[in-house]
Amino acid sequence: MKTNIYYKTKGVIINLLIHAFLISVAVTCLYPLLWMLSSSFKTQETIFKDLSLIPAKFHFQNYYLAWIQGGFGRYFLNSIFYTASVVIGIVIVASLAAYAFSRLRFPGRNILFIMFMAAMMIPVPGSFVALYVLLNKLHLRNTPVGYILCMINVGLSTSIFLLKTFFDKMPKELEDAARIDGCSKLGIWWNVALPLAKPVLAVVVVFNALNVWNEYILALIIFDSKHFMPLQVALQTFQGEFVTNYPLLMAGLTITALPIIIVYLLMQKYIVKGVTAGAIVG
Amino acid sequence: MKIKSTLENYIFVLPAVAIFTIFYVIPFIWVFQLGLYDWDGILPTKVFVGLGNFKEIIFQDPSWWQAMRNAGYITLIALTFQNILAFLLAWACDREIRLKNFYRVIFFIPPVLSEIVVGMAWRFIINDIDGANIINRTLINIGLPQLAHSWLSDPKTALTTVALVHSWKGFGWGFLIFLAGLQTIPRELYEAVHVDGANAWQSFRKITIPLMIPVIVLVAILTVLGTMQAFVLIISLVQSELAGHTSVPVLRILASMRGSSRFGYACAQGIGFGVILVVISFIQYRFSRRARQIQ
Repeated sequence: MKTNIYYKTKGVIINLLIHAFLISVAVTCLYPLLWMLSSSFKTQETIFKDLSLIPAKFHFQNYYLAWIQGGFGRYFLNSIFYTASVVIGIVIVASLAAYAFSRLRFPGRNILFIMFMAAMMIPVPGSFVALYVLLNKLHLRNTPVGYILCMINVGLSTSIFLLKTFFDKMPKELEDAARIDGCSKLGIWWNVALPLAKPVLAVVVVFNALNVWNEYILALIIFDSKHFMPLQVALQTFQGEFVTNYPLLMAGLTITALPIIIVYLLMQKYIVKGVTAGAIVG
Repeated sequence: MKIKSTLENYIFVLPAVAIFTIFYVIPFIWVFQLGLYDWDGILPTKVFVGLGNFKEIIFQDPSWWQAMRNAGYITLIALTFQNILAFLLAWACDREIRLKNFYRVIFFIPPVLSEIVVGMAWRFIINDIDGANIINRTLINIGLPQLAHSWLSDPKTALTTVALVHSWKGFGWGFLIFLAGLQTIPRELYEAVHVDGANAWQSFRKITIPLMIPVIVLVAILTVLGTMQAFVLIISLVQSELAGHTSVPVLRILASMRGSSRFGYACAQGIGFGVILVVISFIQYRFSRRARQIQ
């Protein structure tokens, strides 16, 4: 007969194996990023000699060079500007529409909502070709406005879906009270619905912010002048110009990745919610 | 009064509908229109070629089909290696285990990074013959220096390397969705079969897998749609199409547009590819309903 000790030892061993598996994958996740960070503190001479993860000597001038000479200061501000504008735009436009789809009555409501949802599910792989033509015609190509409007559209459907689902479940009493007090519909949206929707707005903000910060193809097609480029496109151009200067490139990568990692670590609760909610959509 | 109120309601959806119409509906229609023309994107004159572009894609464009095969290969690795890894990790985390939240946070770091950052960081790690290349250094250290080479410059290994980096970046998505799915399975079910004398493998086969089929199909559909359309990672990782060895359909569309200035042809490629994607996900969806009915 097998004893208690047998089962206990078996349990401990299984637990150890599971942890070994999980830790090895976690290390594989972190290693390239730590290597990128560590290499950004090395120099052209030491990067192929000093192969330790913690550099023998920390050189911070790569960051100075990338920020000033490489123009990353400019690109960083561009990315911040696009991300902030698009997110603010999406929050306003999507929450207005979602509130209407959830609470207000008007002809064509269902058809319009179905259109937004269909757009979320139909892949259009060549759409950037037509967008390029469209922006040319509207004289919005190579302008921040053109890029921002395109990116608002990219995040619209999912955000409307998330917000409408929330509004549908929200109790109506507070809005009724506000209406009796003589509040207009827009007033109710702004003063009652939006403050109540804060948790889901956080998901919308974080999710779209990641999306805009990481976007590459539309920015590549829309912007010709370096002046307007966001970080992702600038990195690719930079790589072409400074092929062999790895420490500088790694500093540029770190500048690009660090804000995202920080935002993710602070807001990961909302990101996990967004992923699970996004999965339900599909 | 009623009309005024309805008009007021339209104000709420007006901005969304306007942006959606201009930046989604119109380009969507234009893709179908332009697909029937031969056009360089600049000249005001377009030449109507009917279904000529589509005929050319199907019969005279081997580079397109090579790109499709490449994307299919990457997708196959993502469906098997990446998703099985994600499932095993989720299964390992779906219990009372220490550091569970730590693992969950770490596994989702690669998905939040941009493909440009991931591609360039990995390129730096694996493409030099010596120096910073940890894989090559390990191969040399264990006495296999002949296997060490530039993984991304060699046409034989480039595509598989791309697929593996793609899996590294993507498994966190599947992991989170699988974990959410596993957590909805009632614990009592496991306890019940345990009392009946089932071992871990039997309860995994009889309870976990059947109940997870809808989630597995969902992840499979998302994986196929995401991986077939992935291309930015290849741009940053390989920095070229390696004469077609690492080319994928969206890169071909981009090349038709920017390289050879054939906008009509690029749109036709987009339509063809979009139709294939919709058909694949529809088949997967039907398959999942069949699987659910059998249960």
